Amino acid sequence: MLPALPFYLASAFLIGASLGVVGSRNPVYAALFLVLAFVSAAVLWLLAGAEFLAMALVVVYVGAVMVLFLFVVMMIDVRLAVLHRSFVRYLPLGVLVAVAMMVQIIAALRGLAQGAGHAFPEGGNTEALGTLIYTRFLYPFEIAGLILLLAIVAAIALTLRRREGTRHQDPGRQVLVRKQDRLRLWRLPPHQASGEQLPASAQREDT
Amino acid sequence: MTMALSGQYMTNGLLAAGVLLLKVLAVIMPITVVVAYLTYVERKVIGYMQRRIGPHRVGYRGLLQPFADVFKLLLKEVLVPASANRFLFLTAPFLALVPALATWAVVPFWRGAALANVDAGLLYVLAMTSMTVYGIILAGWSSNSKYALLGAMRSAAQMVAYEIAMGFALVGVIMASNSLNLDRIVVAQAGGLHHWYIWPLLPLAVVYFICGVAETNRAPFDVAEGESEIVAGFHVEYSGAGFALFFLAEYANMILISALVSIFFVGGWLSPFEGLVPILGKPGLHWLALKMAFFLFCFLWFRATFPRYRYDQIMRLGWKVFIPLTLLWIGLECVWKAVGFGPWF
Repeated sequence: MLPALPFYLASAFLIGASLGVVGSRNPVYAALFLVLAFVSAAVLWLLAGAEFLAMALVVVYVGAVMVLFLFVVMMIDVRLAVLHRSFVRYLPLGVLVAVAMMVQIIAALRGLAQGAGHAFPEGGNTEALGTLIYTRFLYPFEIAGLILLLAIVAAIALTLRRREGTRHQDPGRQVLVRKQDRLRLWRLPPHQASGEQLPASAQREDT
Repeated sequence: MTMALSGQYMTNGLLAAGVLLLKVLAVIMPITVVVAYLTYVERKVIGYMQRRIGPHRVGYRGLLQPFADVFKLLLKEVLVPASANRFLFLTAPFLALVPALATWAVVPFWRGAALANVDAGLLYVLAMTSMTVYGIILAGWSSNSKYALLGAMRSAAQMVAYEIAMGFALVGVIMASNSLNLDRIVVAQAGGLHHWYIWPLLPLAVVYFICGVAETNRAPFDVAEGESEIVAGFHVEYSGAGFALFFLAEYANMILISALVSIFFVGGWLSPFEGLVPILGKPGLHWLALKMAFFLFCFLWFRATFPRYRYDQIMRLGWKVFIPLTLLWIGLECVWKAVGFGPWF
């Protein structure tokens, strides 16, 4: 029991946080519970020896995805009562999805258990994972990367709006500006009478 | 039998936990002291750069000023705005501080002297530094103030943008050292000044340090605080101990970034005179401390020198300059490795 204590602790946190995600009324709290769920899952993976996956989960989901997600949630004005009503309405569907996923996971685990046991290499599996990805699974890995890149480019292309007439700065052109383009020096004779306009004798002195 | 075994397990476990706790304290206490005196040094350095003398009233040459500041902050009343989210408002300062201190677990002070000498240390560093933004975002949101929210929004965009370039810069270090272990990254730079990664990876080192300045929200990237536009940004509603914790987190992060730059690019605890001068050539904690002191001085120097970046310029620098630059250099490094050219062979 005692050596497995970290496992049970992290699992309890994961389950509690997941319940918090669906159960909390405040959407910001829900997003924060999701962060806690990700961190607990990362701890579970660390305990299983999958250090690379654990760290990648924290870097990608906790560090980047959830930050943006939290921001969207903070920006929108969510009326809590509406949220609560829809929670009850969608509960049967949610339970159905949860049961279906549970059955699938159990079936997958049954299939896995019948195969050979997977031993983690001593002292972490980052190197082993890297070797596998870049040798045996190179093509699937590269193709997955390409698809993701395509998704990024497509998302940007869909939302990009070019507006005419914006006073957009071009730092390259700003750097190329020379003194002659912007600066004119005028030689002015000393003033005598007040209320006079620019003296006619003022000469332009180009530098 | 099992009872005895579990009893033994318990005592061993408690002993190990006790030793670990002492080690953690041995790391955190010096950091806290350095943070305190870094605030003093900052005010002195910026003071002299602006032809003032800085704090000089409390103690000999103002040396007790940090303690006066700490006591002042701790004795002040902790105010919670009436319409703030009380729980998150009080949690946010801790969320800012914890990643700044937790990252130190994998930082090696000399050969093998890290709290946890783990293989995926560099990944752990990336994971922890990516979590620092939560304290700022939650502080901004829970304060229920428009200035705080604006500061948090700027900070989030900035951190997400610069994290990518920061990660890419570290990819170069990983490729050069063939390791994710911070200890081994330093050992791979052994052999004297010219073996340090700052020479072959100079653009990456510069990008990493600038990203580090941006990630810690220090000048010239301190738009999250932006006194002239949004009062004090994300911590405008904080007073007393909460404000002190944000301050502590910011300075602990500065020290951390200095330590990481020293480890990744200028050989950590290794001496620059390695193999040349008998006594000076010995590696040790003092070399790491000296390098960190230099980078910390750079942080202060930047603050006294550069005006604050405009928000769109920050975004341009992060996305359009640093990311292509790091990608280019990683490609170049790939070619170097493939043809077997470079100092790391």
